[in-house]
Amino acid sequence: MKRILLILAHPALQKSTANASLLKAAQGLDNVTVHDLYQVYPDSFIDVAREQALLQDHDIIVFQYPFYWYSCPAIVHEWTDLVLEYGFAYGENATALQGKDWLCSVSCGGSFSSYNIDGYNEYPLIQFFLPFRQTAKICGMRFLPPFVLDGIHKRASKDRLQRKSQLYKQLLIGLSEGSYPEAEIHEATFLNQLEEHHIPWDKHARGGHGA
Amino acid sequence: MEHNVLLDAFVYLAATIIAVPVAKRLGFGSVLGYLLAGILIGPFVLNFVGNQSDVMHVAEFGVVMMLFLIGLELNPKLLYRMRLPIMGYGGAQVGLTLLMFMALGLGFGMDWREALSLGMILALSSTAIVLQSLQEKGQLKTIVGRKIFAVLLFQDIAVIPMLAILPLLSTQSGELSNSTSGISQAIQVTAVIAGIVVGGHYVLRHLFRFVAKTGSRELFVASALAVVVGVSLAMTWAGLSPALGAFLAGLVLADCEYRHEIESDIEPFKGLLLGLFFISIGAGINFDLLWFQPVLIAACVCILMLGKLLILYVVGLIFGFSKRHNSYFSVTLAQGGEFAFVLAGAALSYQVIDLALLQLLVLVVTLSMLLTPIALIVYDKFLAPRFTSDIKREADHIDESNPVIIAGFGRFGQIVGRLLHGYDIGTTILEHDASQIETLRKFNYTVFYGEATRLDLLISAGAEDAKLLVVALDDPESTLQVVSLAKRHFPNLQIIARAIDRKHARQLEAAGIDYCIRETFESSVALGVKALELLGYRANQAFRAGQVFKRYDQGLLSESVGQNDEERQRVSRSMDARNWLNALLQDDDLTARVEKEDHAFETEMPVKETGRSARSLLAGHKHNKTSR
Repeated sequence: MKRILLILAHPALQKSTANASLLKAAQGLDNVTVHDLYQVYPDSFIDVAREQALLQDHDIIVFQYPFYWYSCPAIVHEWTDLVLEYGFAYGENATALQGKDWLCSVSCGGSFSSYNIDGYNEYPLIQFFLPFRQTAKICGMRFLPPFVLDGIHKRASKDRLQRKSQLYKQLLIGLSEGSYPEAEIHEATFLNQLEEHHIPWDKHARGGHGA
Repeated sequence: MEHNVLLDAFVYLAATIIAVPVAKRLGFGSVLGYLLAGILIGPFVLNFVGNQSDVMHVAEFGVVMMLFLIGLELNPKLLYRMRLPIMGYGGAQVGLTLLMFMALGLGFGMDWREALSLGMILALSSTAIVLQSLQEKGQLKTIVGRKIFAVLLFQDIAVIPMLAILPLLSTQSGELSNSTSGISQAIQVTAVIAGIVVGGHYVLRHLFRFVAKTGSRELFVASALAVVVGVSLAMTWAGLSPALGAFLAGLVLADCEYRHEIESDIEPFKGLLLGLFFISIGAGINFDLLWFQPVLIAACVCILMLGKLLILYVVGLIFGFSKRHNSYFSVTLAQGGEFAFVLAGAALSYQVIDLALLQLLVLVVTLSMLLTPIALIVYDKFLAPRFTSDIKREADHIDESNPVIIAGFGRFGQIVGRLLHGYDIGTTILEHDASQIETLRKFNYTVFYGEATRLDLLISAGAEDAKLLVVALDDPESTLQVVSLAKRHFPNLQIIARAIDRKHARQLEAAGIDYCIRETFESSVALGVKALELLGYRANQAFRAGQVFKRYDQGLLSESVGQNDEERQRVSRSMDARNWLNALLQDDDLTARVEKEDHAFETEMPVKETGRSARSLLAGHKHNKTSR
């Protein structure tokens, strides 16, 4: 059983439905440690040693946050800047994170269909994860296909959130138990595909995925 | 002149109202003012007051109450820690002084009994005058203040055996009955002290709690007074010093939750009665004696004061006081005390001494008490500066100039200092509380003793070369003085300061300070933030609310600097401010935006700017419309 560190970053979780729903599904799972950055560091003054110790105690690092400005909330950036130190995360003899998994788990307002050349957002969604993918690679981590809860601006029915959260939970359990074959993970653009076999967004999403 | 109580009361009060402010204005303490008022209304000048002994009887309660209040303020642990100074300094002083005056008496051909009682009478100093003076100068809690207090405390305790010995010295017959009553008195003493300690601990605090529940302030005052009076009666019954009993009672109640109420209720009574006490001493001075034998009296006063001074200085040397402490210690305690009157009265009644000696002693002791405030003024003016200049010379030898000067090293300055110390930034500290200084020097801080309001001290602390002056004094007036002094004389020095409140912060900013912060501002906001968190707000939401509040509040403050301080305008402004703040907090930028649409924010989401956002409020609190 792999241990999962769920690093949560939502500056207004009290008003969130999507992230809150995902969080609720993940909370209480065995092997999942929830680490709420905005709650622990309201002043963004991150305790680097503590964070590094947390990383070393876990195998799968999940970053769960809303997809702000095609990226992440500020505290995630602050976190990477400080915690992924030279000598710890990368550089000579830096092996602390070798072989661990990196998973981005985001909620975004726009639907998958808006992320293509004809759509409002012009580029395939997966391309916006490039900085994270490369960061993980430099740290010797495996970048898992991101989990995405899309279209929450227009399609945020309770029912849909419920289904997606359930899916998220299944995926986390599956990852923890190691039940997905390497090839399947390698093949997928988004983590969702491992459990959902009808993929309505596939056409657009895959369009920009080079791998 | 016909005397009645109301008229007497009026005369005493009026004399106080006239004499005390004048004495204070002239730089003498209020003690001297009271004494002068007493002389003024006494039989030898205006002859306004009649029988002194009744008044004196009431007035002695002032001393009792003072000891009660001191007990209240003193923490028993501290007292326990002081047991060595009390026994050591006090014991040495009382013992040596007693022996010296006894020897003197024997030298003048007195009977040994008479000489012994003379020694006892003169060995004690004036708790009332000394403590009042120390308190007025804020020196009660300094190192030397504690030393002085230790001696006074020992003397108060020493009165008990002295009063017990006097009857044994009686030349009359009936010593047998005295010795049997000695046993019963011992029982009485034990019973009373045990009663005060146990009763105070188990009964009095419940009494105060009960009375406090009734919500009647008069009742509370009455109970507090009743406790003091009752304890005094019990002590008198057991033949002990009422002052000591009151001190004990105060000590027992020191950790009672109503301590501060009791304190503030007794305080005015103490003040008035103590004033009355000094006035009575002044009015009771027998100037006839002085008039007819001025040389004898003057010689006696000199012998008394110089003799005590000498012994005190020797005691200081034995215990290794610093020169500065020792001289202050000796000057302060070199007088006869009010217990001399009590002891002399008892000695007379047991016919150990005769009336002539009693009158002489009372006059001499009174004059020495009268001279003490004057001696202290002389000391402050002429002797004390010599010791400070010693320190200055010392500093010149050190010849290091630190980039930072911190004025005031109490709770506030310490934190600033420790932070800088952690980065090995050299700091020079100006501190007027002597008790801090020795500790600080141990940790290699450069410390100057004295008030930062003095230009020479600032200069010798290196203000001309320093980069930064941190004013962390607790007195708002002194802070302003230091700031304007430093602004005037050291234009290149950056100055930051601790402000007491809004008004003070405004004054400081108007004085051109580089930065100031209200001393409780950050911490109270922090506590508010914590409160929000505990009420269920997310930590970062609460944090941001605190930040918004701080920025906004600071903004209001600096906006109001230089503004005409008309009350109405300020009131209307603060009303406005309240509504504003309300809008501001609800509108806190990021939170509000996410709140409204409840989504991750990204381009597809129409960002509705409903109302004014916090940022526009903050940026434009001069009513301009920005950020649309």
